Formats: sequence, structure tokens, C-alpha cells
Amino acid sequence: MLTNKNLQLNSLGKLQHFLSIEGLQKSLLTEILDTAESFADMSEQQVKKFPLLRGKTIVNLFFENSTRTRATFELAAIRLSADILSMNIATSATSKGESLLDTIRNLEAMQVDMFVVRHSLSGAAHFIAEHAAPHISVINAGDGQHEHPTQAMLDMFTIRRAKKKFSGLRVAIVGDILHSRVARSQIHALNILGAEEVRVIAPKTLLPAQVESLGVTVYHDLTAGLKNIDVIIMLRLQKERMNSALLPSESEYFKCFGLSDDKLKTANKDAIVMHPGPINRGVEISSSVADGPQSVILQQVTNGIAVRMAVMSMAMQSNARGD
Amino acid sequence: MTIEHIKIPVLLNQLEASITQAMEQRQVIDPIVIGIHTGGVWVAAKIHEWLKVKEPLGLLDISFYRDDFSQIGVNPKVKQSKLPLTVEGRDIILIDDVFYTGRTIRAALNEIFDYGRPRQVILGVLIERNGRQVPIRPDCIGAEINLAVGQRIKLTGPEPLDINFQSVA
Repeated sequence: MLTNKNLQLNSLGKLQHFLSIEGLQKSLLTEILDTAESFADMSEQQVKKFPLLRGKTIVNLFFENSTRTRATFELAAIRLSADILSMNIATSATSKGESLLDTIRNLEAMQVDMFVVRHSLSGAAHFIAEHAAPHISVINAGDGQHEHPTQAMLDMFTIRRAKKKFSGLRVAIVGDILHSRVARSQIHALNILGAEEVRVIAPKTLLPAQVESLGVTVYHDLTAGLKNIDVIIMLRLQKERMNSALLPSESEYFKCFGLSDDKLKTANKDAIVMHPGPINRGVEISSSVADGPQSVILQQVTNGIAVRMAVMSMAMQSNARGD
Repeated sequence: MTIEHIKIPVLLNQLEASITQAMEQRQVIDPIVIGIHTGGVWVAAKIHEWLKVKEPLGLLDISFYRDDFSQIGVNPKVKQSKLPLTVEGRDIILIDDVFYTGRTIRAALNEIFDYGRPRQVILGVLIERNGRQVPIRPDCIGAEINLAVGQRIKLTGPEPLDINFQSVA
């Protein structure tokens, strides 16, 4: 099993590693959102930097490409006064044949305090957390098709800021659910936080088998699926992860599952439109919707910094206690 | 002074008199007043009104500047600090409710100095109690009291301001 709730929490029930949303309690997710709220307020101040993690060393260990996630993790660390080292693994030892465990051992020998890990294999962050020295915290910045918990939390933060609460909310996640670790984390988070209904809307070829068991209702028609919806989360078509013909063409995909102004009208009037980025304009979302008044896509990016500051400081606090 | 004799209006008068004297001695003309969350802001509001300072009251939440983060962790409900547009070259009257170890003031000074270099800072507190741990002392006080280790004193408010006294075994 990839998730082990004990591994994420220390003996006091505090967050030590942040690997997956699955298995975490509502109170902990709420604590992350509340803490992030404080950091978000601070980001409006003249001085945005605080000495909370002064003297700590954080390593960004990205085995896969990333722009937003990596940049916001770096900014979050910098604003907490931690020292951050971003490793470009593609040009590092791993590509020369070093094993993951040896890479970790070597970085540990440099006395670092936290790893932020992105990897193409599901369970990679969990594996590192299991094998890293006890004083090191591990944060999952996306593992294969498994989870991307900080992305889900910044989405929850954005939803809570726009809609105030989760009870009564109907949320639709649209697109490539099959390859999306973001969707998996979002579904868990929305169910834990008490959303009224989580729908997934996608062609059959882009849905995992038995997706209903995650606690969602399934739609294959965008117009029908968007009815009475408060929050629409569009997902990127992950063409780099598709190794067979799952779609006829991008233009046909847009016709059926792309969010256009007309389709958006079927949702509630005050529905917000989200996208974890990067967006493929004209494939899953039209430019007019992505840049329109209901879009909160750029707010998601801003909120990513505060949420990552919250998770980093909470995890570092737990491991500072030596539990 | 003992706990039973503490009367808030008397303390406020004492503090105001002490601040007036300090301002004269240090030639302060156009100060800005900054209060430390939460109790310090209530006291600072009174001082701000009494000094008739035009600039809005500055608020400081030093939670992210504390030195005991690793022991107590990050408080999820930190308030935004609101300092005046510039502190560079200004005379600052910094106010807190109770002065104890001095660590809060250390954190507050660090935060203020992140915003610029004030000309001078005058520290005023309603109550100074024993237990100092760093070489920082208030310039102006409402009263000084001696408490045993384990005794705690806290200001409650904002209206009315009162003193809450606890004895922790």
C-alpha cells in the first residue's frame, strides 16, 4: 500500500512528512488551510520574509520537469528563510547510474533537513520518507499517477477563499483523470473536507477502472455533468503519459470535453473555474474562459506559495521536536 | 506593587507620564505608535489616542519572528502586521502589555528593523515583571511587580481592560 498514515504523522499526531491526502484527518487538512491563511495575509505585507526556518536546508529533488511547483516551493522556502538547493536530476548523478537510495544517502551526508520530491514513479516520496534519516521531512511534490498533495491543498485553499466552506459544494473535475495525480489528491481532499458531491467528467478511456470507489459520481457528458456545479476543475491532457491512442484528436476532445463559454453557462452562475496548470488553450479550456471573470487559475498559483509555506513549517516543526 | 493593588487606569496614567518624560528627554516630536498583538495593541490604542498621533496605529504580530518556533510551532492564526508606510528615520513608541523575558521585544525589534532603520525606539509596557532573559528593558512602565516562577499575568480586553492572574503549579 502506498499510503501509510503513521508514516506521515509523528507520535503527537502532527505532520512529519506530507506524502498523500489519503488517510489524513479533516482537522489536519483544516490546520494546513488555516496556517496557509496566515501566510497568505503576510504576502500582502511590504516584507514577505520571516525567520521561521532560518538555518534549515531544503533540497528540491525533482526527477521530473516542473515550473510552477518547483518555483513556488523555492519561493516558499526562501520566504521562510530556509536555504534551498534545487537539484536538476536530469543532469546529475542519477543519470550516471546512481540509485535513488544512494542519491538520498549522499544528500543526507550534507546534513539537509527536508526533501521536496517529484518523481515519475508512484510511491517514490513514500519510499524516500521510509528510508531517510529520522530528522528529515519529506514532501511529495507529485509521484507518478498517485498523488500531488500540496497542489490539492492549494486548490482547497482557493476553493475555501472563494466559497467559504465545503459543505453543500458540488465540484466537477473534468478531463484526464486517468493520468492525474492532482485529481486523486483533490478527490480525497474534497471528500475529507465534506464537499456535497464530487463529480468526474471524462471519456471512458481517460478514467481509471472503478473510479467510483474513490467517492465520486461519473459523467461522460460535460453539459450534463456541469449542471448545479459550484467549482469546475479542468485538468491538462497529459500527452506525455499516454502510450496508446486514448483520444481521436485534440479538436474532437475540445468539442466534447473542452470548457467553452457556452458549456460554462450550464454550471451555477457563480461557479469558479480552476486549472492546476500548465493549460493547453483550445484543448481542455478556451482562452476566454481561462482569462475570464470566473477563472481563479492565477490565484491558485499565488496561493501555492502560502500553502507550501504552511506545509513546510508544520513538517519542520514536527521534526524539530524530535518525534 | 502587589497584584491586588493593580488598577488599570492608574497604570495607564503612570505609563503616559513616563512616556511624556522619555519623549522630552529624547526630543521626540512626531512619533509613530506600534502595539504588539494582542494586549499590546489595546494599550497602544490608548497611548495613540492620548498622544493624538495622526498616523494610524501600527500593529505587530511577532509570531513568525519568535525564537521558540521549534518548541511551540507555528500558530495557525497569525495576524497581519501593519506598520506605517516607512519606519526609516522615524521615532517609534513600541508598546506591549506585559514585559517578562524580553524575547517578544527582541522579535518585535527584528521585525521592525526588517522594514527599515528607525531613528530611535522607545519601549513602553503597562507592567514589567521579573524574569528577564535577554539584555532588553522597557524605557517606560506603568508598574513593576515581582512574581514567583510559575505565576503568570495577562491583560484581558479590549473593553474593559483587566488583569488576569494565574498561578501554574
